[in-house]
Amino acid sequence: MKRDDQAMPQLAAWEQGVGDVDPTAATVLSAQRVEKTYRNGTRALDEVKLDIKRGEFVSLLGPSGCGKSTLLKMFAGLEEPSHGHIRWWGKNLATVGAADHTLAMVFQEATLMPWASVEQNVRLPLDLSRMPRTESDVRVKDALKLVGLDRFQDAYPRELSGGMQMRASIARALATRPNLLLMDEPFGALDEFTRNKLDADLRRIWSRQDLTVVFVTHSIYEAVYLSSRVVVMAARPGRVIADVPIEAPGAGGMRDDAFRIAPEFMGYCKILSDYLTLANQENQEGGPRDTAHH
Amino acid sequence: MTPLITNPKFLRVAAPFMIGVVLLLAWQLICMALQVPVYLVPTPSVIARTLVADWGLLSDSLLVTLKITFMAFVLSVLLGVAIAFVFVQSRFIEVSLFPYAIILQVTPIVAIAPLIIIWVKEPTFALVICATIMALFPIISNTTLGLRSVNPGLLNLFKLNKATRWQTLRRLRIPSALPYFFGGLRISSGLALIGAVVAEFVAGTGGTGSGLAYQILQAGFQLNIPRLFAALFLITVTGIVLFLAMMALSRVALAGWHESEMG
Repeated sequence: MKRDDQAMPQLAAWEQGVGDVDPTAATVLSAQRVEKTYRNGTRALDEVKLDIKRGEFVSLLGPSGCGKSTLLKMFAGLEEPSHGHIRWWGKNLATVGAADHTLAMVFQEATLMPWASVEQNVRLPLDLSRMPRTESDVRVKDALKLVGLDRFQDAYPRELSGGMQMRASIARALATRPNLLLMDEPFGALDEFTRNKLDADLRRIWSRQDLTVVFVTHSIYEAVYLSSRVVVMAARPGRVIADVPIEAPGAGGMRDDAFRIAPEFMGYCKILSDYLTLANQENQEGGPRDTAHH
Repeated sequence: MTPLITNPKFLRVAAPFMIGVVLLLAWQLICMALQVPVYLVPTPSVIARTLVADWGLLSDSLLVTLKITFMAFVLSVLLGVAIAFVFVQSRFIEVSLFPYAIILQVTPIVAIAPLIIIWVKEPTFALVICATIMALFPIISNTTLGLRSVNPGLLNLFKLNKATRWQTLRRLRIPSALPYFFGGLRISSGLALIGAVVAEFVAGTGGTGSGLAYQILQAGFQLNIPRLFAALFLITVTGIVLFLAMMALSRVALAGWHESEMG
């Protein structure tokens, strides 16, 4: 069968770790002067330019209303920019179709089907693309194992804690073996302990796969801990104000609990915090950017 | 072991039952004490005796009413669901047609039943149409609402995975609509019964002439008040049984995932 022939090399590529980001790596996602103006005149995004390379873990950090979720929705193809355009692997989303160009999204809430078991929920995207059962069985199993839910495959969402529901939601995204994973404040509603645990697991999953992640958050700590790069955004209008690469100290730049209390970690937090403060001040003064386009 | 009286499941059955017993007893005692004539308010014991004595007559009528109720209910479910599916195909269709669905809801069935009985030659069929008109609207409105009440996040997920219209309908819209649909069934089952009885009343002796409403009319003419009460009792019991059956159906279908059927 043709399908299986294609699946094998894809699988191999996906499981191959990519390690540090190669500066010459291919651009996975590219926003070119993207603007979003709503019908009521609100400018959600103003000329956002952003390139995301293969293997990066990029966080979009900013206050509410900075358009970070809107930008992510555009990256998912769920919203259209008013001006400018977005390219996925250099193409339109409609023409992206190759097996190694897949994208998945994890939403703010777990958004699981309450009438279906964890296993059925995770299988959903595979069913929708009419993947043969034998293949989807393997993928669902792998994905559940990856997020540590293999013992809960028959549970229903309401029987799971918030953290475990979110794990199921991540497993659903991972089951498609995505090359690009978009996450919209996935852990925002969880308690700090659960959030830290999921952050660590996510980082581990990312480091082992050929996976590019765009992660929306309003937590500075989460952004620093997770990312290879943090894009800071400001509100009114939503725009990118800084782009900060994050490098953990020590050999291999391990992101463990030690990193959370390292002076470098605090240093990055301070930088990002300063940027955010700056952005807020600009807004309060009704800065020039706010009126320039009206 | 908790005492039976604090068990909520036991309480749910026992409490209404006790109230019923107390009310019947009070009814019986008051009628006996005041010596109310049987042609005004018969005692529960007289009604029970009539129910047994006239069972042959009444059970035949019950079957006729049940048949009409059942046919109307099934018809309204099939039609209602079909119409709801048409409505959710596009906002334009819904906006254009929904006001006409409301006509079903606001038209008093007693006012149009004579017309339908005149137009439709076959009496049973005429009664079924009347009862269907009565029972249809809750199915249409609830199912339409249900098919539209889809978690927007899940809808995005389906969109993201390039789900076809049919996949979205079958795997998302229909399961999402089930709780609403069952709510509609509950209302509709009772309305089908009321519709059947009302239509039969309007048809009167000129209709099929054998349902429970016909027995009530006849008993009224003959001042056979105990039989009238016995027939009324059967209609009430039928309504309650229908309601409980719909509850059970909903419980079986939604058990394990919907909030309305938990705890």
